[in-house]
Amino acid sequence: MNVSDTSPIIETSGLSRKFGQKLALNQVSLKIPRGRVFGLVGENGAGKTTLIKHILGVLKAERGSVRVFGFDPVADPVAVLGRIGYLSENRDLPPWMRVDELLRYTQAFYPKWDPAFAEELRNQFGLDPAAKIKNLSRGENAKAGLLIALAFRPELLLLDEPSSGLDPVVRRDILEAIIRTVAEEGRTVFFSSHLLEEVERVADDIAIMFAGEIVLAGTLDDIKDNHHRLILRFESPQASAPKIPGVLSLTGSGREWTVICNGSRAEVMASVARAGGKIMADDTASLDEIFIARAGAKNTGKE
Amino acid sequence: MQLHITTDGVPIYLQIANQVKYLVASGRLAPGEEVPPIRVLAHQLLVNPNTVARAYLELERAGVVVKRHGSGTYISDNGSPLARKERLKILAQRVDALLAEAAHMQVAPEDLIKLIKDRHESMQPEENK
Repeated sequence: MNVSDTSPIIETSGLSRKFGQKLALNQVSLKIPRGRVFGLVGENGAGKTTLIKHILGVLKAERGSVRVFGFDPVADPVAVLGRIGYLSENRDLPPWMRVDELLRYTQAFYPKWDPAFAEELRNQFGLDPAAKIKNLSRGENAKAGLLIALAFRPELLLLDEPSSGLDPVVRRDILEAIIRTVAEEGRTVFFSSHLLEEVERVADDIAIMFAGEIVLAGTLDDIKDNHHRLILRFESPQASAPKIPGVLSLTGSGREWTVICNGSRAEVMASVARAGGKIMADDTASLDEIFIARAGAKNTGKE
Repeated sequence: MQLHITTDGVPIYLQIANQVKYLVASGRLAPGEEVPPIRVLAHQLLVNPNTVARAYLELERAGVVVKRHGSGTYISDNGSPLARKERLKILAQRVDALLAEAAHMQVAPEDLIKLIKDRHESMQPEENK
């Protein structure tokens, strides 16, 4: 195995950024390995797009560093941008162009553009070559953006909230594109989303972002293995939440309560027994539950 | 092979592995039958190909499927060693539902067992009686 196979596609280290008084990114350190699907999860305003703008070299690191394919994207945009297929959140395609003009225009920038593949995608997406961009529906606009991001078979596919505001049919096209990209050897996908169901389906690795910080990062398998959902039942209704230290969240009312916890359950189980509760069910938590519990824990910590 | 994936907790690779086991145990996948290639199933279910690969690895370890070199993945010929356990697990779920319904209708478990025996008796062909 040579060095380029194991070196990360994207690496940020201690990346921080302020907009006025607001800390948009706080000490973000991430490594995105080659050939995997990386899902960046967070609420609107958590800093996902700001991070993506640093990867594209649109924003310069104030503190810390960003490397993409081993290069600084601000100092060396040519070495970076020509290898990234990017779909922006705003889908900012030139509205006056026709679909076929958009394809010819974009092709000029990418020596590796594959016209046959572009045509295949255009047919698959049902895009009329004579249609003007400004007359496309929201879904067609997203598909046109996805087409030009895919058609030169980029080493890195970078999608910012690709499914946001789209119907299920178009979302399916986008997920298929992600799966197809990663199934072709050596290529990498980075996408941001607040649709946790999609992230759980397609991501190998995830990072959860909250208020500019990475609060949890790892392989999806490990994160799923380590987070548990316990259903507790008490003999008598509990007027307030029972005291169970070390859990990420505790919700419920009366006799039944739900705990989301991670790591060792032995301590949690002992605390539950001390509080007079019984564990009725012990399952793997969904990514949705993990995210809400993590974000909630972070909120409480800030108060 | 039709599988159904949800994202409400159970890891997706485990859902795939469990559903294949169920299809084998219930006879909907026959010994020697080929299962779809990893990429095809990933595309069909809209899940990461690595997840399907992990599910197939689990199934191979459990003896439910075998990989034939350079050709594909097939349901084991001699039946899975887990098949009986899995079949009993499927039946246990049905029995649980039956017991719950019987309790609602105030039928005691002893009466239910007698009913099962009676029904079994009545389903036997004439010459066995």
